[in-house]
Amino acid sequence: MVTCVNDAMFPGTGQAVVTLLRRLGVDVEFPEAQTCCAQPMVNTGYLDEAVPVVRTFVDAFTGYDAIVTPSGSCAGSARHQHGIVARRSGDPGLERAVADTAPKVHELSEFLVDVLGLTDVGAYFPHQVTYHPTCHSLRMLGVGDRPRRLLEAVRGLRLVDLPAATECCGFGGTFAVKNADTSVAMGADKARHVRETGAEVLVAGDNSCLMHIGGVLSRQRSGVRVMHLAEILAATEGTP
Amino acid sequence: MNTPRRSPLRSERRGDPEKTSGTFVGMPAFPEAASEALLDPQLRHNLSHATGTIRAKRSNVVAELPEWEDLRLAGAAVKDATLRSLDTHLLRLEEQLTANGATVHWARDAAEACAIVAEVARSHGADEVVKVKSMATQEIGLNEALEAEGIAAWETDLAELIVQLGDDLPSHILVPAIHRNRAEIREIFRTRMAAAGRPAPDDLTDDPAALAGAARAHLREKFLRAKVAVSGANFAVAETGTLVVVESEGNGRMCLTLPEVLVSVVGIEKVLPTWASLDPMLRLLPRSSTGERMNPYTSTWSGVTPGDGPREVHVVLLDNGRTNALADQVGRQALRCIRCSACLNVCPVYERTGGHAYGSVYPGPIGAILNPLLKGVGNDPQTDSLPYASSLCGACFEVCPVRIDIPEVLVHLRSQVVDAHRGDRRPSGESLAMKGAAYTFSDARRLERAEKASSLAGRVLERFGRTRLPGGRAAAGRLPGPGAAWTGARDLPAPPRESFRAWWRRTSGGTSGGRSGGTP
Repeated sequence: MVTCVNDAMFPGTGQAVVTLLRRLGVDVEFPEAQTCCAQPMVNTGYLDEAVPVVRTFVDAFTGYDAIVTPSGSCAGSARHQHGIVARRSGDPGLERAVADTAPKVHELSEFLVDVLGLTDVGAYFPHQVTYHPTCHSLRMLGVGDRPRRLLEAVRGLRLVDLPAATECCGFGGTFAVKNADTSVAMGADKARHVRETGAEVLVAGDNSCLMHIGGVLSRQRSGVRVMHLAEILAATEGTP
Repeated sequence: MNTPRRSPLRSERRGDPEKTSGTFVGMPAFPEAASEALLDPQLRHNLSHATGTIRAKRSNVVAELPEWEDLRLAGAAVKDATLRSLDTHLLRLEEQLTANGATVHWARDAAEACAIVAEVARSHGADEVVKVKSMATQEIGLNEALEAEGIAAWETDLAELIVQLGDDLPSHILVPAIHRNRAEIREIFRTRMAAAGRPAPDDLTDDPAALAGAARAHLREKFLRAKVAVSGANFAVAETGTLVVVESEGNGRMCLTLPEVLVSVVGIEKVLPTWASLDPMLRLLPRSSTGERMNPYTSTWSGVTPGDGPREVHVVLLDNGRTNALADQVGRQALRCIRCSACLNVCPVYERTGGHAYGSVYPGPIGAILNPLLKGVGNDPQTDSLPYASSLCGACFEVCPVRIDIPEVLVHLRSQVVDAHRGDRRPSGESLAMKGAAYTFSDARRLERAEKASSLAGRVLERFGRTRLPGGRAAAGRLPGPGAAWTGARDLPAPPRESFRAWWRRTSGGTSGGRSGGTP
């Protein structure tokens, strides 16, 4: 599951996942019928609108052994919210389909560490990096220190601690526009903590959060880049 | 004798229209109120300092208990079991209270509850009451209702006193004056105390001990004079008809023991079946609330005890929307709440906007669910805005001592808000956008067409736009119209030349043709 945000806005992250997983010997497919996990609708309260989107999701992904996604938030949505949408639909067939797909959804770091049993994925990234644990990966999925362990095993990478790391960046989906001022106030504090680390790159497992923090960092002319975890893990000596 | 001792504070209200009512009535919806609050640097500083301090205290004392998670589960289980047969426990409570010489009143709503308290005070010829800090009496607007009857209600909790003297509104459940620093408190005491009773000393400094000393002297004369006290209750134990108040300052103990008459307004969800079920609650509450292992004062009283404490005891059992909340299968978990405030202290939204933005005596994450559950959604834009006053980060659920899954309830209430407006004659821009998104996301071919259109916009930005993200990717700077909400303070990456799906197809799944960029 590439996710709609990555498909439309950050194809490099999807490409990095493909590169990384193939390098690790995984047979990767991109079911072209996939669209979105329906989280934008569910979290804004539009359950009826989410029903056909969840239907599209299960149609695209039924039958695979593992559904891997470079987003803690979308993994959380599929695992914890698709059931709510299916119940709303009143369609027992959809409920059964969701019960089948939901547990097969893995956030990328979970898949690498738990399913493949790896922390060293053979990556090389000679930069100073700080890591922001996104809320849904941290508190909804409970990925714990898996992303950190993956980053610590990257050759050349220097990982520096982010102050107040577990505090929300303020993205929050439609919260970012419905409560834009509050969202930006939270993002500005997160950006300040990122700058305090002196890191060149801010890494996280969700591009939506990074789009928000990166947007603030860019407007501040901070010079700090944001990158998805997958892109760092996909990088090797041979890649630019 | 019966000249009403009207609170002199009220007449001083002037200027700021929000303060003339002394209530939250007429507050704007959360986004507007929050935007306003965000402009106050003193507020931001006071809140971040205060919530940071209390967060650290809580976190330390919770870490001392390896069984904390089991305690949380026990607390949630006790509350859930009680709520499942609430009627039985309430009748048992009434029976025991009555047997102990208390008078039990049932109040359907705020107006009924206020009328009962006013009648008790009036029947004793009282023109003033002293109050123990109580969320239920704030929820029903008791002070204002009593004032309308010519009865002055004196808050005796230090922070409530600061709020009352300052003609202010509470902004936190536990620490209602959390938005004030000590210099502001000194100023309030110096300028306002004299009009309400014993004045502050002329040489009052902003030393916390001096401020507490001034409050102590000011309150002492009220404790000794008042005939009637009003309290809430943290818990009500049905098996013995016992009310429990948990506090830090001793003002509650004064109110509960000195006056002749005591009226307690108790939400019906406060009942617990037994003393054994009180056990986990008394262990969960202080650590979650003040970050203490145990609170300094826990008062319990069971009706009237001759020769000891009040000679007349009334208990008002308050519904005011609680049975509506109970009927909501997802939302009913909010009735487990023991008003500890841990969710406020950890909430990144609350820390930045403060409590007033929530427009209720229940602010923060718990307020964002409790207010809509008690009042119902679809009736006023302020209440409907509250379930959206959260980034759904989940920090509140993590600290809640009774495991209220606040994000789950928020999302559930959002769907209720949307459903309540489905019949609106003019659909909102948001609902049209969501319908459009649902249409696009229901079929990958539609999504592909949308991506092609957006990549065109991306090419234009890449060619003509001046904004670049660190790393060189083109971006949109400040956009007009709906895009302004994002780009007012954040750059937005330009859409890539090629979507992932277009790349996948062009390169046969990445096996030929290379990458197309588009990193964040």
